Amino acid sequence: MLAASLIGRARLVVAVSLMITYASGAVAHGFAGDRFFPATILTPDPFVADEMSLPTAVINPPSPDGSRAIDIEADLAKRITPDLGLTLSHRWESLTVPDMPAVTGLGGAFSAELDYQVLLDAPHQALALLGVNTSFGHTGRVQALGAPDFTTISPVIDFGKGFGDLPESMPWLRPLAITGTLNFGFPTKTQSAGVPNPNTFNFGFSFQYSLEYLQHYVTDVGLSAPFDRLIPLVEVSFSTAVNRGLGGQTVGTIQPGVIWFGQYVQIGAEAIIPASRLTGHGYGGVVQLHFYLDDLFSNSLGRPLLRW
Amino acid sequence: MQRWLLQLLAVAALMVPPVGALAHAFLDHAVPPVGGAVPTPPKEIRLTFSEGVEPRFSGIELATSDGRAIATAPAIRDPADDKQLVLAVPNLAPGRYRVNWHVVSVDTHRTEGEFTFTVGP
Repeated sequence: MLAASLIGRARLVVAVSLMITYASGAVAHGFAGDRFFPATILTPDPFVADEMSLPTAVINPPSPDGSRAIDIEADLAKRITPDLGLTLSHRWESLTVPDMPAVTGLGGAFSAELDYQVLLDAPHQALALLGVNTSFGHTGRVQALGAPDFTTISPVIDFGKGFGDLPESMPWLRPLAITGTLNFGFPTKTQSAGVPNPNTFNFGFSFQYSLEYLQHYVTDVGLSAPFDRLIPLVEVSFSTAVNRGLGGQTVGTIQPGVIWFGQYVQIGAEAIIPASRLTGHGYGGVVQLHFYLDDLFSNSLGRPLLRW
Repeated sequence: MQRWLLQLLAVAALMVPPVGALAHAFLDHAVPPVGGAVPTPPKEIRLTFSEGVEPRFSGIELATSDGRAIATAPAIRDPADDKQLVLAVPNLAPGRYRVNWHVVSVDTHRTEGEFTFTVGP
């Protein structure tokens, strides 16, 4: 009798749990309706999630001065509530300068970004979030690796749009999706060691063609695993200085590549092509292993910390 | 071995899926095929997902291409395969049909989608 009562209660708890999830429309992963947005390597994701990139390994193109950096990056995204998320990231760097021994250590700055999901339009496959990114000064090797000795605060808008809502007369365009980011970076110091720290306007986009969407939502073209989980894409990212004598100077990269996503992880690989002489010359590359914590730990770490 | 590499491997080991971990249910296979044509009316619509689905919170709706709903019994989960959802359909006249599906995987993740297929020559 007691056992039956406990089983009944457990079933009720499961049913209520399912109803709450169903009713809230909470989006972990990058879903907007039937569109799955992968976590892109270069362009910030337009959704809050419980995910982790570890590692992101980057061989940067050679800089104009001939130096070359190899980065190992880690990112952790965690939902605080279903719509509020926090992302933490940092990187380890190995910098090689011609005729000098390599220098290694924490490069760049430790950064934290708080994001709020302001738009989730399932029928139109649209997503957007507003956030504030803070990269903290003195959290990397300032002298040896050029990590910033100042904090930069950046208000952020990230957005995504899938084109699955296009008319059925355009089937080959419906797997397309675009994500993008716009932000301004405001350094808290105007100069470091006599070098100006300008405000920057930063923007980037990813142009994705989901073979998963094509195969499973538009038309069966005969793709099977693993090819039905591939998303070829091109990402671009630019940063333009806007003041302090450096106005108009732009650095950026163009990164064609592909992402494969499975049930628990995704793997991405992209070439890195400098988009301006200031950025560097030659080519680089990046590979990323990305974990879906909401699937790996669906009853613990993968859920929002708070639920309202 | 470098200490940082050992630390990295330790964290990566923590990421090995725990036993019984489940994920979002993606559509893996559909009969009739997505966007395809079948010469004779199908007796059922059978969708296979990448994960087991929870039948109480999953369903398939069928409509004509102009949006008129077609009455059916609720979709059921195949007793022999918890990844398959099956909708028995009445005799369909030649034409184009729209399938709407939504599933909740057994760990409560929700996914949805739609596609069309055509009956007839």
